Amino acid sequence: MALDPVTLAVLKGRLEQVADEMDATLFRSAFNPTIAEAHDACHGLYDATTGATLIQGKSGLPIFVGVMAFGVKAVIDKFTGPNAPVEGDIFIFNDPYLGGTHLSDLRLIRPCFHNGTLFCWLASVGHWHDVGGAVPGNYNPAATEYFQEGVLIPPVRLYSAGRLNQDIVDIILAASRLPVSAFGDLNAHLSALDLGTARVAALLAEYTAPVVSEAFTELTARAAAQLRAEITDLPDGRWEEEDFLDNDGRTDTPLRIACAVTVQGDRLTLDFTGSADACAGPVNISRATTIASVYVALKHLFPDVAANSGVLDPVTIILPPTSLLDAQRPKPTGGYTETILRIIDVLFCAFARIRPHHAIGNAYGTINALSIAGNRPNGDSSGGSRWVMFSFFGGGHGGNPEGDGLSHGNPPIATAIIPPVEIMEAAYPIRFTQWALRPNSGGPGTHRGGMGAIYEIELRDTAAELFVFAERARYAPRGVLGGGPGAMNVVRYQQADGWHTPVLGSKVVGVKLAEGNRIRLESPGGGGWGDPAARDPRATARDRKMGYVG
Amino acid sequence: MTKLIVGVDVGGTYTDLFLFDEATGQARVGKVPSTRGREADGFAAGIAGLAPLPAISAIVHGTTVGTNALLERKGARAGLITTAGFRDTLEMRRRDRRQTWGLTGNFIPPIDRDMRLEVSERTLADGTILHAIDPDEVRAAAQTLRANGAEAVCIIFLHSYANPANERAALAAVRAIWPNPHVAISSDILPEIREFERTSTAALNAVLQPVVGGYLATLDARIRAEGFGGEFLIVQSNGGVMSVETAARLPVRTALSGPAAGVIAAAHIATSAGFPDVITGDIGGTSFDVSLIAGGTPALAAQTTLDFGLVVRTPMIEILSIGAGGGSIAWVDKAGILQIGPESAGSIPGPACYAAGGTRPTVTDANVVLGRINAAKPIGGGLARLDVAAAEAAILRDVGTPLGLDATAAAEAILRVANARMAGALRLVSIERGHDPKNFSLMPFGGGGALHAAALIREVGLARALIPRYPGVTSALGCVIADMRHDRVRTLNRPLTGLRDLDAEMATAEADLTPLLDRAGVAFTARRVEHALDMNYVGQTHTVSVPIPAETTPEALLAAFEAVYAGAYGRLMPGVPVRVLNLKTAVIGERPKIDLFSLAPAPDATMAAATRPPRRAWFGAWIETPVFDRLALPVGAVIPGPAILEQPDTTVVIEPGTTGTTDKFGNIILAPG
Repeated sequence: MALDPVTLAVLKGRLEQVADEMDATLFRSAFNPTIAEAHDACHGLYDATTGATLIQGKSGLPIFVGVMAFGVKAVIDKFTGPNAPVEGDIFIFNDPYLGGTHLSDLRLIRPCFHNGTLFCWLASVGHWHDVGGAVPGNYNPAATEYFQEGVLIPPVRLYSAGRLNQDIVDIILAASRLPVSAFGDLNAHLSALDLGTARVAALLAEYTAPVVSEAFTELTARAAAQLRAEITDLPDGRWEEEDFLDNDGRTDTPLRIACAVTVQGDRLTLDFTGSADACAGPVNISRATTIASVYVALKHLFPDVAANSGVLDPVTIILPPTSLLDAQRPKPTGGYTETILRIIDVLFCAFARIRPHHAIGNAYGTINALSIAGNRPNGDSSGGSRWVMFSFFGGGHGGNPEGDGLSHGNPPIATAIIPPVEIMEAAYPIRFTQWALRPNSGGPGTHRGGMGAIYEIELRDTAAELFVFAERARYAPRGVLGGGPGAMNVVRYQQADGWHTPVLGSKVVGVKLAEGNRIRLESPGGGGWGDPAARDPRATARDRKMGYVG
Repeated sequence: MTKLIVGVDVGGTYTDLFLFDEATGQARVGKVPSTRGREADGFAAGIAGLAPLPAISAIVHGTTVGTNALLERKGARAGLITTAGFRDTLEMRRRDRRQTWGLTGNFIPPIDRDMRLEVSERTLADGTILHAIDPDEVRAAAQTLRANGAEAVCIIFLHSYANPANERAALAAVRAIWPNPHVAISSDILPEIREFERTSTAALNAVLQPVVGGYLATLDARIRAEGFGGEFLIVQSNGGVMSVETAARLPVRTALSGPAAGVIAAAHIATSAGFPDVITGDIGGTSFDVSLIAGGTPALAAQTTLDFGLVVRTPMIEILSIGAGGGSIAWVDKAGILQIGPESAGSIPGPACYAAGGTRPTVTDANVVLGRINAAKPIGGGLARLDVAAAEAAILRDVGTPLGLDATAAAEAILRVANARMAGALRLVSIERGHDPKNFSLMPFGGGGALHAAALIREVGLARALIPRYPGVTSALGCVIADMRHDRVRTLNRPLTGLRDLDAEMATAEADLTPLLDRAGVAFTARRVEHALDMNYVGQTHTVSVPIPAETTPEALLAAFEAVYAGAYGRLMPGVPVRVLNLKTAVIGERPKIDLFSLAPAPDATMAAATRPPRRAWFGAWIETPVFDRLALPVGAVIPGPAILEQPDTTVVIEPGTTGTTDKFGNIILAPG
């Protein structure tokens, strides 16, 4: 049955609205700011038998767009035969080796039945505040096995045929330092899934299951055709690129991320052979995560292509089995964000050579995760007065054909916004002493890279432990077409004997700070675009007048 | 004695006017070209065309002059003084980006970095002053800004919502030397937690003060010179009016002035007609603007984003805007999917049918090709006729050929997809907010709304459409009837159990706002005060808005919170502590409402006199379709679809399977059947 083009366009909008509405429900009712403010979450509809992405919300975290399919597939593969899903089941898990990303991301997956038959899956994923492990907030640069990163929950039934398995809830909450936050987030995910289920049922009643199925098939086929058309427009050839991670959080040895991009007709081959072997520290990523990061890079490079599994059809990805891009358990994966950002940087540099007219300089290339944890004065040690401040900090975007890069942007893998200083200061015993653009951090170019930022935080009335998980303290974000690199990341902290720079550049584990000590982050700028000598003299003069440069 | 009230809505192309005579109950409408750059000329001429200025008792103005200045980056040169370490808050935003995919797009802050100065001062989150200001240092900063050409200055200190003492001291220091009234502190404009939103609002206010203040002063001088001696009032984004003095001080509150007036009018028309639950749909040239009115009360939003990074936070009528208007361009993407907008042909060059240089097909072109719009009699009066052949050619080339459709089928496809996009916006404000569309009516206004109303009520499942008698002057009508309203949001940020002084806080808020009503020199028929709290569970960052119950005990407040929360999300969290983030207060001075019978059709109107020659229009097939002069239709007229009703400012399409009836006010009620 061929779907008419008008119904297809209408259904595309209706289906995206279902996922968007689930996003909005989770954002508004979640407890932890990483979901509520930073939107580190995602919703979508997935194929009944393959788990492939059918529809993705437009407001969720881009990186989840690619990995959720693996999460759904993990549930499909595990629950078969007499144990097969039934109406009213809801599954939960955070196993990164099955579902990609890291333990902080809880996935709730719900089968959607129509007239007694499994029609599709709905999934709701979000980054929780704390899931146990050695480090509050779960960014543990020193982890060597996932056991130190948090509690791993395999795919299990949270609901069986509509009945809540309270035992599972009890286990998950007991694992967290912040059980109320975890419980709030759990409820928010469930509200989103309730809403999605009702909306899909209404849509099927209106359009019938065969028509909606046909729309799924057609939209996937068209995304694939669209990307094929884009690839066909590229010159055939092979381009090799590489970049490096500073280190794995254990040993200060750079880790190579290499990719050979081959364009042949309407196919693209991305061969990551030559990338570093799996490492001791947590910058390994699972195969699902690697594939998802390719998806994110392609969506940035070809923004008009629809967001579904069709995007990956014309792409072959070659991963050396021993590499850090195909991590096996129990290798730690908590810092997955750093590795996928580097993959995106490498692909941006390769495509800058393949089609220079669309070249974009590298963005700042690190998630800049910072957590500060302590116990409130006058509180007891039962955990009730425990506080964990956790946030990601921004940096510059790359210069591009349209103009200078954006200063203080969010990372390409997220649409996260940063919590307000006033909210953070009201919630935690800290005070920001500086929140500013970082002059001279944008890579020079005809179009300059965007600036990173300077954040300085002072501890008030309390001692605390500091954790930082960041990158780009050894290798700068690169420019394109002759543009210069952005400034590197600088992390410093103050103790009784003065200011210190972490031995591993921008990774810090559990450093003890006293009341009044400060922490200072100077985040990287973006890479420049084009020869700096060709920059419009008026733009150069403005940079100096504004203090962006000089 | 006569009492004439005139509403004036100045749009980009036309200025719409609505005159109401309270003594006789008569109303008149007017439309004149906007005179951009010489607004006072068009403004005064438009009013004078309806009645002599000395005879008028009140003029109420909806304006987009502020919004346009911000969008076109034509604000004044302003300066900003802030807490040491934080001068870049405005430029750093909330660390976002322009669009999810693509990583291009930059941001130019409304106040340049060299015009943002820091002074040593610090207030903490609990209101404690860590460092008091040094008035000499603040004064020196202001002098530097003045020397660098600042016409206005805003002072924004961290946590000033918790304790405004430092801001107030700085204000006194700057006032002493500043040569004009354009000095403001953020705690006066928005005493609410979240420094970027407060900074952006205060900075945009500063940039607008000289522009809007100057604009209003010019208008005021002009109408006074021509003998006007009454009240001159400005519509705010919250749908209430304010005095010119308040508008010049808080121009950022005019961000949605005109559209908000339209929603206020819609609420009044719909409630009078017996349908107090309505969704407004304003179809203009480039956008479709939607608002929800439940029980006669428009929904309010906390903030709006005018453009990337330009955030205005102040209570305002919630208006959702999507890029699907009459001028939105239809195109087929690389995946072969028909798309409408967001690119628009605007009014220059305009749709292909204008034959004024536009070659790409638009929604208007589709309406022309299908015979729904009368090509021989375009609305607005600017063009003699529309070029059907040009519209057909554009549609065939850009949509028909890529999709394998003929021009008619392609035009129909454009309408279906455009309707689907508009329907999505209607669902967003209804279903997504927990409102069942079958209890709501659609009220289309603007030039294009009534063309799509019948299709939209079917698509979304709305009960009916209510087409006001003069859809083109709805905003001007809203100006005439809007109440005076002043809002204030104050951050409390306290646990519910620790909230002992709520009654005192409410009294303070009321005492702060009431003088704004007293000073305006307007006679009100009644006054009222409304309070609500923004509340959440401790740990959440988003809040729900809770009307304050009669009793303000913690138990009663908790029950009120739980009722709202359960309605929004379904799941409560018993045992988790609840927090009160903000107290929101509105004082309202009610102004006389218009009796809408004044707009009703003449008693001697007949169907025969309203009937016009039929024309061919497409409703799944070419049908010889009855055409009527809408304004000549009598009360109680029943017109089964298909039919087309024409009037100077819009066209009403009654689709097959839909019937239109004229109610006692002259509204058209479209319903299935």
